[in-house]
Amino acid sequence: MATHVSEYLRLDKMPHIWCPGCGTGIILGAVVRAIAKLGYKRDDVVVVTGIGCSSRTNAIIDFNTFQTTHGRALSFATGFKMARPEMKVIVITGDGDGSGIGGNHLIHTARRNIDITTILVNNGIYGMTGGQYSPLTPRGCIASTAATGTMEPCFDMCELVKAAGATYVARGTAYHATMLEQLIAKALEHHGFSFVEGIAQCPIGFGRRNNQKTPVDMLNWQKDHAITIAAAAKASPEELAGKFLIGEFVNKEAPEFSDVYWEASRKAQQKVKEAR
Amino acid sequence: MSKREVRLMQGNEACAEAALYAGVKFFAGYPITPATEIMEILSRKLPQVGGVFLQMEDEISSMAAVIGASIGGLKSLTATSGPGFTLKQENIGYAAMVEIPCVIVDVQRGGPSTGLPTLPAQMDVMQARWGTHGDHPIVVLCPSTVYEYYTLTVQAVNFAEMLRTPVIVLSDAIVGHLREKVVLPELGELKIVNRKMTTVAPKDFLPYKADEDGVPPFVNYGTGYRYHITSNNHDEGGFPATNNHQIADSLLRRLHDKVEKRRSEIVITEEIMTEDADVIIFAYGCTARSAYSAVEEARKKGMKVGLIKALTLWPFPFEVLLKYSKQAKHVIVPEMNLGQLAGEVERTLKDCPVKVTRLNRIDGRMITPEQIVSTISEVI
Repeated sequence: MATHVSEYLRLDKMPHIWCPGCGTGIILGAVVRAIAKLGYKRDDVVVVTGIGCSSRTNAIIDFNTFQTTHGRALSFATGFKMARPEMKVIVITGDGDGSGIGGNHLIHTARRNIDITTILVNNGIYGMTGGQYSPLTPRGCIASTAATGTMEPCFDMCELVKAAGATYVARGTAYHATMLEQLIAKALEHHGFSFVEGIAQCPIGFGRRNNQKTPVDMLNWQKDHAITIAAAAKASPEELAGKFLIGEFVNKEAPEFSDVYWEASRKAQQKVKEAR
Repeated sequence: MSKREVRLMQGNEACAEAALYAGVKFFAGYPITPATEIMEILSRKLPQVGGVFLQMEDEISSMAAVIGASIGGLKSLTATSGPGFTLKQENIGYAAMVEIPCVIVDVQRGGPSTGLPTLPAQMDVMQARWGTHGDHPIVVLCPSTVYEYYTLTVQAVNFAEMLRTPVIVLSDAIVGHLREKVVLPELGELKIVNRKMTTVAPKDFLPYKADEDGVPPFVNYGTGYRYHITSNNHDEGGFPATNNHQIADSLLRRLHDKVEKRRSEIVITEEIMTEDADVIIFAYGCTARSAYSAVEEARKKGMKVGLIKALTLWPFPFEVLLKYSKQAKHVIVPEMNLGQLAGEVERTLKDCPVKVTRLNRIDGRMITPEQIVSTISEVI
């Protein structure tokens, strides 16, 4: 498998920029393995990112790749997808990039139901700038801008994009890497806007300030606090306390935006032809 | 027999029609007065020609989608006004840095902020030049008639494609909403430029290796050339080179040079009744209309007055001013701001025996021909 994945990497662009123990590479590994398993041609895949640690993923993977401005990857990707509907468009974003500065674009892209797969790497912190709290940092956690703990509640991104109209929504973790890979594969094969949140550890920006001293501590935290949707359905409220759900939240069909657009365009062109 | 169509057209309508003429196949925008007509027209017409129209959730995403579509290979354009233009600025800088062609139409209204919604102004001259951060090149074209709005929009698309850079069409609420008779150019009459495509094999392709003209050839994704685009300082291969000072220096200088090398093509001005002029009015946009009337009026009174109309504001057309630096005694710069371009005129003529006089109006009303004639009388 390892050899297989390396075919999709720009090995000459290594080393990557991530800190030791970072979870972003595990999420990226799941993305690349899912693509490899699905057998997509590298030329047919476009990976768009914004700014942040997770947005540096696309410099080291051997697809058509462009890194954009902070928070705007989905809007760039929307323009690109409409220009090149035949290509498989993937956006990789982070919690600050995707839920903070780019939150508006995320909900509107979900509403449009355009055929783009979004992977949101959620490490609960602004890592690249040194550990400031993000809209996904749990309340009470310590950050470089929250010395006594954040005072704000955080978003549940899966619930948010579900409410906004996304037609495929799932969550996995770096610890449950195989499950995450399967969820991403299903998202990639879904026709419409698909969203997968991958919980990742940031030992430097988050863990060392929040009593999770090592990357292993952080992965164990994911193992202990994640519960599958199926298991949660049978669990008591006490068993669910402090847990978060992983698995597939939404998988439904709805008209995909570019299908609707091109059908309308086809009719408009026909009408013009008839008028001549 | 000429097949030229004659139409009574609004300025913004001419802009939308010109975009289609130039081969624009993608528009993304957000409603804002006095620019909205451009998107309304293109929302109907682009689907008819197999193009894409998107109304986005805000100005920022509109600019992003335009660049994304251009990366996808389509000629792309957006239109806005002052506040929206401000929101687009970060992504305009992105387009400049990653060398992706795109056109931004700014139909100016009074500012700062919401200012005078939506009375005319020419207050975005410096925003068009320096709105995004960093030391970037930019091309800004400025129409004063509906017909010029048409031809300059075609030119803007051409320049963007030729130079791989964002180009601004800086119109205003007067020219945008004005209706004039326009004799539309026939298909094939105006030159249409498409971006230069690479001729090398994928293994030899470097996305940011420029030709002699400073412009790197483009190639579409999905055709066997996989490459990376980033607005970080990057090498010829397109990958971040943020710790390489030499690459940082040469990249930024090349971005400027590719525009400067094409100055003679890009810098468009008109000289009207200037042959014997002692007094030159240097005007642009809607104010050039008043200036033209003022020159005619002054000539009737026997005053030797001429008009230089700048159709390109950036790069600043200093050549045409220097041409008259020995002949003219006075240059009057009327503009609907507090002297944004007058400063450039003064800088150009600082060592010449020419007196530069500013004529400014910022109350949302046009500068009248009478005001200009009166200023001419004062300086003579």
